[in-house]
Amino acid sequence: MKYKFLEHKADAKFQAFGKTLEEAFSNAALAMFSLMTDIKKVKGKIERKFNVKGYDKKALLYNFLEELLFLLDSEGFLLYKIKKIKIVNNKLEAVVVGDKVSNYETHGEVKAVTYNEMEIKEKPYMVQVVVDM
Amino acid sequence: MKEKLKKLSNYEFELDKEGSMKVPAKLFISEKLLKDVEENAIQQLVNVATLRGIQKYALAMPDIHSGYGFPIGGVAAFDVNEGIISPGGVGYDINCGVRVLSTNISVEEFLKKRTEIINEIYKNVPSGVGREGKLKFSKDVLAEVIEKGAKWAIDNGYGIKEDLQRIEEYGYMKGANFHDISSKAIQRGMPQLGSLGAGNHFLEIQQVEQIFNEKISNVFEIDKNNVTIMIHCGSRGLGHQVASDYIKLMEDKYGYKDLPDRELINAPVNSDLGKKYYSAMIGSVNFAFANRQMIMHWIRESFDKIFGKSKLNLIYDVCHNVAKIEKHVIDNSLKEVCVHRKGASRSFGPRRDEVPEIYRNIGQPVIIPGSMGTASYVLVGTKKAEEISFGSTAHGAGRVCSRSAALRTLRGENIRNELSKKGIEVKAGSWKSIAEEAPQVYKDIDEVVRVSHEVGIGNLVVKVKPLGVIKG
Repeated sequence: MKYKFLEHKADAKFQAFGKTLEEAFSNAALAMFSLMTDIKKVKGKIERKFNVKGYDKKALLYNFLEELLFLLDSEGFLLYKIKKIKIVNNKLEAVVVGDKVSNYETHGEVKAVTYNEMEIKEKPYMVQVVVDM
Repeated sequence: MKEKLKKLSNYEFELDKEGSMKVPAKLFISEKLLKDVEENAIQQLVNVATLRGIQKYALAMPDIHSGYGFPIGGVAAFDVNEGIISPGGVGYDINCGVRVLSTNISVEEFLKKRTEIINEIYKNVPSGVGREGKLKFSKDVLAEVIEKGAKWAIDNGYGIKEDLQRIEEYGYMKGANFHDISSKAIQRGMPQLGSLGAGNHFLEIQQVEQIFNEKISNVFEIDKNNVTIMIHCGSRGLGHQVASDYIKLMEDKYGYKDLPDRELINAPVNSDLGKKYYSAMIGSVNFAFANRQMIMHWIRESFDKIFGKSKLNLIYDVCHNVAKIEKHVIDNSLKEVCVHRKGASRSFGPRRDEVPEIYRNIGQPVIIPGSMGTASYVLVGTKKAEEISFGSTAHGAGRVCSRSAALRTLRGENIRNELSKKGIEVKAGSWKSIAEEAPQVYKDIDEVVRVSHEVGIGNLVVKVKPLGVIKG
C-alpha cells in the first residue's frame, strides 16, 4: 500500500508508506494530489526540478509538499509522479512530472499543508500529514 | 472537557479558568449542537485562553469545530500592547468570506432560463483546483490589488462605486505593504485573481423562503419574489501562502516548545514580525475583496446577457477569517484590541462607524451560508454582540463527515438527482466535488442561526434556499 486516508471531519489526514524515507515522501505527494484529481489519469508531459530545505524532517516534508502546491497554483502543474527524489541532511532534491491542471477534472482543493498531527516514523517508513481543505 | 462546562443559560456554557488559562472560555451554543462538538475543539478553545494579552473570554460561536491552533468558530481579542497576533487565529484562507446580492429578476423568470444562466456564469467565472483566472496580471497590478482591494477592482471597471460602501471595511483595509508578502505568495496569487477555486466555495442563486424581520429586509432591499445571489470564496493561493510563510517565520523567531499546540504560534501584536504578518494579512484580505468583486462583475454581465438589462445590487460582503484592530468596551472603558475571527462573522449593531451609513441605524448585514442543498441566512448585527462577543457571531455549517467518507458512501450523480428533485440545479467541476460537498456532510445550519438569534449576537432577517449552485 502506498498510502491510506484516515478519518478527519473537516480536512484530510493520510499516512504514506515506503521502504525508504524518499519513497514515503513521494507517496505522501501522491496522496495529497489524489485529494484533488484522479491521479492515475494524469499524463507525465511536463517535468519540473526543485530543491527544498528544512531544519528537521518534518519541516522538510512540509516544504516539499508546499512546493508542489506552489507549482499547482503558480503554473497549473498537476502531479503525475515523483521521478527522482533524494534526501541528504535535511535537503531534498526532486524531479517531478505531471501535466497542466486545465486538462483534467478536479474536485477537492488542498489549501495548505499543516503540522497538525504530523508524524514521521522510520523502519518501516511512514509519514502522516493533515492538509487544510 | 465537556464535563467541565458550566451551563449558564440555555445557550451559554462556560469553562472556568484553570491551569495556565488567563481567562475563562465561553461557548454560545445549544445542547443539541454541543453534542457534536469534538473534545479537541474545546481543548483548542482552552489553549487560546492561555495566550498572552487575551481579554475577557476565549469565545466559541455556535458553529465551533476543531481547527488548527484555534478552533473554527473561535473569537478572541488581544490587548494591542501586551497581546499577540496569530496566523492560526485567522486560518489559512484569509478573508474567506461571502457576499450577497439582491436582484430584480423574479423566481419565475429565473427558473425559465435557469440552465442557461448557470452555464453562462460557469463559463464566465473561472473555477476549479489550481485554475487560473481569465486574465494575467502583472506584479505591479497585484501590488495595487493588495493595497486597494475592491477599490482597485472598481477603478478598473469591475463594478460601480456604490458597491464600495457595501463591503466590510469599505472594500479594503488600510496598511498593507506589498513587501511583507513573499514572492511565492505573489506568484500563487497572480494567476488566480478573479477565480472561485474549489472545495466548499460556491456561487449560488437563491429564493427567499422566509422573512423574519420585514423592516430590516426592506432596508437590505430584499424582495421576496426575486432571486438573491451568494458568492463564497477567499484569497486563494496568495492567502494560503501568507499564512504558511508567517507560521514558519514565527516558529523560527519564537519557537513553539512552550506552546500547547504548534499551530498556536504567534507574535506580539506590536513586534516587528507581528506587524509584518498583520500587513501581509491585510494584503490577503484586500486580494479576496477584489476577487469577489471581479466575480460579482462577471455574474452581473452574465445576467445582463441572459435576462437583458438586469439590476444586481450588492447588499453586503463579510469576512469570515480575519484579525482586526478594533475598539471594544472592556472593564467599562473603550480599549483597542486585536480581534481574531476564525470562521466567525463580524456582527456590529447600529451606530458604529464601521457600519456603512445605509445600514447605520439598523446594524450590519451578517451572511451565513449553508451547504449546497440547504438554506442560507442573512442576519443583522446587534449591540448585544458588541457587549458579549466582541461584535461577532457564527459563519456557517461545519462538516460532520470527512471527504473520504463522503466519497466512499455517496455518489455525485445520486446527489445531483436528489437535489434536482428538491428543485436545486447543480453544476460542478466533477461528480466527486458534488459528493464531497453533499448536504448530508454538513451540520444543521438552522440550529446554528437559531442559537445566534436566541443569544442575540446576530438576529434573523431572511432565510433563502438554493435554486442553482455552481461549484469548482
